[in-house]
Amino acid sequence: MTQGIFNIPFLAVAALIGIGLYIIVFDRNLIKLVIGITVLQAGVNLFLVSLGYRQHGGVPIYTNACHSNMVLPVPQALTLTSIVIGVAITAFMLSMIMIIYRHTGHIDAKKSRKLKG
Amino acid sequence: MSKIVRSTSEFLIPFIFIFGLYMIMHGHLTPGGGFQGGAVFASGMALLLVAFGSHKLEKKSKAHVLSMLESTGALAFIGLAFGGIAVGFFYNFLVGSSIFGHIPPSGPNRGDMWTGGTIPLMNMAVGLKVIAGLSLIVLVMALASDKTGSQK
Amino acid sequence: MSSLLIHSPILIIAIPLLAAFLTPFISRVSDRARDALVIATLVFVEFLVIILAVDIYRDGPHIYALGASSPLLAMPEHYMVPVRIVLQVDAMSIFMGMISATVSLAAAIYSVSFMRNETGKDKFYTLLLLLTVGMMGLEFTGDMFNLFIFLEILSISGAALAAFRTNFADALEGGFKYMCISAVAALMILFAVGIFYAQYNLLNIAALGQAIQYTMLDKIALTLLMMAFFMKLAGVPLHMWAPDTYSVAPAGITPMIYVASQACMYALFRVCFSLYGVTLNTLTIGWIVIVIGVLSMFVGVTMAVRQSDIKRLMAYHAVSQSGYMLLGVGVGLAVLGNPQALAAYGKQAMEGGIFHIINNAMYKGLLFLTAEALFYSLGTRDLNKMGGIAANMRYTSIFFMIGALAISGIPPFNGFASKLLIYESVYQFNPMLSVIAMMISIITLASFVKVFQSAFTGPILPHFRVVKEVPGPMLGGMGILTAIIIFFSLFPGLIVDQLIHPAVEALISRGAYINAIMGGMQ
Repeated sequence: MTQGIFNIPFLAVAALIGIGLYIIVFDRNLIKLVIGITVLQAGVNLFLVSLGYRQHGGVPIYTNACHSNMVLPVPQALTLTSIVIGVAITAFMLSMIMIIYRHTGHIDAKKSRKLKG
Repeated sequence: MSKIVRSTSEFLIPFIFIFGLYMIMHGHLTPGGGFQGGAVFASGMALLLVAFGSHKLEKKSKAHVLSMLESTGALAFIGLAFGGIAVGFFYNFLVGSSIFGHIPPSGPNRGDMWTGGTIPLMNMAVGLKVIAGLSLIVLVMALASDKTGSQK
Repeated sequence: MSSLLIHSPILIIAIPLLAAFLTPFISRVSDRARDALVIATLVFVEFLVIILAVDIYRDGPHIYALGASSPLLAMPEHYMVPVRIVLQVDAMSIFMGMISATVSLAAAIYSVSFMRNETGKDKFYTLLLLLTVGMMGLEFTGDMFNLFIFLEILSISGAALAAFRTNFADALEGGFKYMCISAVAALMILFAVGIFYAQYNLLNIAALGQAIQYTMLDKIALTLLMMAFFMKLAGVPLHMWAPDTYSVAPAGITPMIYVASQACMYALFRVCFSLYGVTLNTLTIGWIVIVIGVLSMFVGVTMAVRQSDIKRLMAYHAVSQSGYMLLGVGVGLAVLGNPQALAAYGKQAMEGGIFHIINNAMYKGLLFLTAEALFYSLGTRDLNKMGGIAANMRYTSIFFMIGALAISGIPPFNGFASKLLIYESVYQFNPMLSVIAMMISIITLASFVKVFQSAFTGPILPHFRVVKEVPGPMLGGMGILTAIIIFFSLFPGLIVDQLIHPAVEALISRGAYINAIMGGMQ
């Protein structure tokens, strides 16, 4: 990690995680809360993928492969699994928000009795 | 939606579906697999939904049928995993048999479809589950928001 | 039989998973068949857990490599590290597995009649079985990434179950809160997994434990993991979700979510003891665990006294009781690097903490079930509106009384046995902590006396005159837990020697955990 340019993904990771946590902690709109979790997730996923990167590495596929130097496939598999779970969580939380909205008529956590804090 | 959107999506949707299915079928050889292909396929469903409205789509594909398909996909996946239980759970018992039975050479190769044992079948099971699941999510959400919209 | 035994670690996870996706199909045929399938599945899981437990307590840990040509082959030839997904079940894991299986079974039996009038029951049972899968997987897994996966399965199904009664707005809010906390916690764990992979190229807990250096990055990973698990187990100051979620979840599910949070506590202990072990600064980390434990005990019980909603009250008591477990095991962790202190009182403290886990799962589960039985019969959770129902709901009041006496640590009951172990051993570590723990036990008793008086004794309120006892299966679910509590109360010494002591030994002996995988080069 001597070359500065390869640290750029990690700066982006830090930025994404910072933004995500900021939204989760300070925003009271439930939809924005879900967006915050998604941004946080993007940050973590980017972290995993950039871990597996190797300089001048090729795609880790053997079909008609011409590279002998490949990037690590395991972090990519981990990222993929985490994306799948992320989709499920996002869909689940959004559908919960829809029903909360139908019950209460708002999606603001401040107005809701229990969702403070 | 306007006529332009509808005719464009009519043109595009078969390609999206075929691309999704291709990704599922070739999951064991190239990037992609059950989830990615299923997600592509479901994005086609989302396009259908946007272009033609949720009620039209619901006539074609009932929610409970999709739900059943999703469970079928999951069952097929677990069933395949159970298939190898004589040796070990998730053991690839189809390698060496006539179905997807070839063992690919290690290192760079030409990409033979008939390899991978249970892996392509598992990809198809996951693909079925993801197609059904994501389409169901999109459909149910669209129907629910239609309902709340009409109530107002 | 022996092949069943070899495959049982995965079967315990896979069979509920299979049944979870079968239930929608069976549901279309008949409701009765589906209920029977769910109960039969959980009974079979309980059976597998018990035969596996007997074997593990006799012959040591089991490992199971998924997809390998032999399940016992953790490390393929020509590899120096385990590359497959490995399940590793030692005495501590199977101990937690027994708790999860028993509570799931009781919850399912209870739910059969409790959920009779609800809709969408096929999804309810699918989620219930998935929650069981999540707990079992979390307890049995041998690698960090699958820990994350099973935690997510547990969180999603738990949140969906907490929010299951969508006709109540607060149910959704409770579920939503749980999901938010779980999502953030899971992402922290994933980040920590990334840190481990970046340094050591490993995911397996045993292999990581062998390689770990306790560098700066490892400290960051430890912080993330501990924060995530404290969030999930509702340790103060991260406990805010617990009362909201526990109070709205359908009965039967509340004990399961509670046991799920104890499974997260198990994961915390596994990370602290087996992954880091003596490489970390045990005194500091131990004190952190102790301080959070004492805070949870104190804040939980003081908040509980003020509640008038019976389920919120119990939820705060649940937070408070978790504090005892953290205190006991925290003392063990603090003296882990000091063999004399560990032998003198550390082990005893851990035995107390871990015995408290199983005791608490049983009586807290029972109390949650009785609270919901009151709600089922009376239609209210407000203590101020209840009164004098002991005569009409005789069995429920007996069950409640047993649970309340056990949780307050009154001598013949099992709560006393585990608390006594904690008091005695913690006193040698730091007398102040022991005194606090005893004080809190007294406040707990006061709180439950108040509940018993306002709900059960006194003249019966006129509109509750027609109230009847809850149906048989609900009593059956409560009865299972009561029977276990009485059994534990009668033979605490036997339980500690036979069940708890091997679990503590398994947790402490990090070398054995690592060798089960790394030494198994064949």
